[in-house]
Amino acid sequence: MQATGTLPPAHRRRLAALTGTAALALAMTAVSANAETIRWARVGDALTLDPHAQNEGPTHTLNHHIYETLVGREIDGGLSPRLATDWGILEDDDTIWEFTLREDVVFHDGTALTADDVVFSIQRAQAETSDMRGLHGSVEDVIAVDDHTVHVQMEGPSPLYVQNLTNTFIMSREWAEEHGVEEPQDFAGGEESHAVRNANGTGPYTVVERDPESRTELEWFEDHWADQPDITRIIYTPISSDSTRVAALLSGEVDFVQDLPIQDIERLEEDGDVTVVRGPENRSIFFSYDQGSEELRSANVEGNPFASPEVREAMALALDRDAIREVVMRGESQPSGTVAPPFVHGWTEEMHEYPEPDIERARELMAEAGYPDGFSVDLHTPNDRYLNDESISQAFVGMLGQIGIEANLVSQTRSLHFPLIQNRETDFYLLGWGVPTFDSQYIFDFLVHSTEDARGGWNASNYNNDEVDALIQEMATETDEEVRDALMAEVWEQVQSDRVFLPVHNQLLAYGMREGVDMEVPPNNQPLMFEVSLGD
Amino acid sequence: MLAFIIRRLLQSVIVMLVVALVSFALFRFVGDPVSTMLGQEATVADREALRQRLGLNDPFVMQFFNYIARALSGDFGISYRLQQPVMELILSRLPATLELALVSGFFAFLFGVAFGVYTALNRRGWLSSGIMTVSLIGVSLPTFLIGVLLIWVFAVELQWLPSYGRGDTVWIGGWRSGLATSSGRYAIVLPAITLGLYQMTLIMRLVRAEMLEVLRTDYIKFARARGLSDRVVHFGHALKNTLVPVITITGLQLGSIIAFAIVTETVFQWPGVGALFIRSVQYVDVPVMAAYLMLIALVFVVINLIVDLLYYVVDPRLRVDRGAAKG
Repeated sequence: MQATGTLPPAHRRRLAALTGTAALALAMTAVSANAETIRWARVGDALTLDPHAQNEGPTHTLNHHIYETLVGREIDGGLSPRLATDWGILEDDDTIWEFTLREDVVFHDGTALTADDVVFSIQRAQAETSDMRGLHGSVEDVIAVDDHTVHVQMEGPSPLYVQNLTNTFIMSREWAEEHGVEEPQDFAGGEESHAVRNANGTGPYTVVERDPESRTELEWFEDHWADQPDITRIIYTPISSDSTRVAALLSGEVDFVQDLPIQDIERLEEDGDVTVVRGPENRSIFFSYDQGSEELRSANVEGNPFASPEVREAMALALDRDAIREVVMRGESQPSGTVAPPFVHGWTEEMHEYPEPDIERARELMAEAGYPDGFSVDLHTPNDRYLNDESISQAFVGMLGQIGIEANLVSQTRSLHFPLIQNRETDFYLLGWGVPTFDSQYIFDFLVHSTEDARGGWNASNYNNDEVDALIQEMATETDEEVRDALMAEVWEQVQSDRVFLPVHNQLLAYGMREGVDMEVPPNNQPLMFEVSLGD
Repeated sequence: MLAFIIRRLLQSVIVMLVVALVSFALFRFVGDPVSTMLGQEATVADREALRQRLGLNDPFVMQFFNYIARALSGDFGISYRLQQPVMELILSRLPATLELALVSGFFAFLFGVAFGVYTALNRRGWLSSGIMTVSLIGVSLPTFLIGVLLIWVFAVELQWLPSYGRGDTVWIGGWRSGLATSSGRYAIVLPAITLGLYQMTLIMRLVRAEMLEVLRTDYIKFARARGLSDRVVHFGHALKNTLVPVITITGLQLGSIIAFAIVTETVFQWPGVGALFIRSVQYVDVPVMAAYLMLIALVFVVINLIVDLLYYVVDPRLRVDRGAAKG
């Protein structure tokens, strides 16, 4: 364990969370100096190397190897230092966040990282063509205090702002100005931005070759501030066909595969050369319904049955989550009674519990609500976004049939499904929600708060409760943690008892890897190759 | 002759415009590109602003004419998904698709003719029956299943050939070729077989039927009566006379091989235009979809034009008839 003393703080922090064996493995990696290549495949490629042009998982995942953020995300959801070694809200002014930068950081072109680059990058992320601007909406100004200190002036107290920074990458101002990429790609313009296929980050790997949708090769950046990782070369290949991706792993053409199809997990585990590692994803799958409108669009009855608490309770009692887990998900899910996955701040054991299905009671409730013969309504579901999304909805259609609700399943591709929710054109729908900030506020802001300005963008349940709205707004600026937690618990109680959502389960992630690759599954589905250890 | 070519070219332009119009009308049913382009934190205002910038709020007819006007000046826009100019993107993927189409077309022609001749000459042999039966499977199985089966046998079980990708590539002039490297040649085998299997069966059955027909004709009987060897009769006289329709079919099929490589390219992660198109549909990448469909229309228009011109050159009667009709 001597070697741990030389590890960078990021690793030191991680160690605390790891078991003894894993820690030993990590310590051994500090001494091994072999050049090792990992061949990595997943379903889709990063869309661009421009770090602020797309707010999308696979794009961020690849960019985390080339660029760096101020803070990183730990396996357990906590924050870890990356380019910032220290951060906090100023004691005398709770609207200012202070970040202290690491000293010995250089970009791939050799120039040193300064506070000015951080100022530039956050401003770039706020540009009109940036897809990251939603995360920096409450930033008023960014100031470089000295070479290694940055102050971010917020519009008001923003205790959660640092949680928004785990995917905001830092670029070099000089490089960006030299290549005319001070702003992210404008899709309406005719030119390709230099930053789409070229990069100059501070990350642990440099780009050797980038052939979009075919092959990306990265190599260890020797002047990186951290110790050399086990993996010094990455060959990243998207393979969109499920069976081909699995075949490539079995035939030894790739070492690590993300996005394993559920039906192949069992047979992969039988293969001696392949290990399957599972972990909970930070993503909840749930149904929701329009409970706020006067009339439904697709129902065969007057008024809005979803406005009735009895109907909502009946639907919750009709949903057999365990059956969906066993039959549809082949055991690969974590049934839940809430839309917050367990890592999310504000989650409680009590919310997580879900009722046993009770068809008798559900039928009684339907009769009490005035729908003894049920009603019919359209159920919208995506069929290519979440694990077995269409099958989950199909199963629920059958369960609803038992209590007289005739749901007509409308199953569509994601680009047709999500606009229905965004434009409020659906009565009843399936949605999956990840929480990148790992805090309940994110769920409340987008799904619970009524639709106004930046909030409530995905609140297609049209839930509109002024008291809850006020609590959510108060929570956003409350810097006292205890007070904030109390507000949060209050909102959750209201949301759960009003049954804004009908949660099904939390999605599980499964990674397949060659024997000898040792990796945990991060809940944000962003595996980092420099944290992987290779056994011999 | 010149008038004919000009007339055909004008018709081709109209065909292209109709294809563009129909595809533009269909794009509205594929979904909203803005919902896939922006992350989940985007506000209603952000989405509206992007829609405005992209001109998606304009009436459909105006979007169409704007597109055509820009396309005429060579600007096909930027891919919503990959953020590269569309023409550059398609041209960079085209060599992969063309190499795959040519190799699989060659494979289909070679084996189709060989098997066709063999089964025609040995009609009752057990090998012939075997080939005919297997060829039925080739026509009836969907392409992706054949691809997956081949991957399973040759990549996973035997580990002779790679399961995905194009292998190493080298630049030859402006052409990025995988055929010039050994790993590239290994990589093309399975996709080429998958893509060419259907065409091979088609050619085989065509050759077999034509051969059987020709072998019954009088001039073959006379050739045999003259005491010519089997080899000369079969290959010098019979096969030669069956090849005219076969070559026509193969030429025309090349167009569909290029157009329908979509499934094969997806199964084998072949970095060609077909795979690009299918991912563009999922992402509602309108500029790429529009340009791809125009390109495929162009391929068919050009092939048909060449075929028409060849007929005109080969068959003198066409010219005489036209001349007479005008007179």
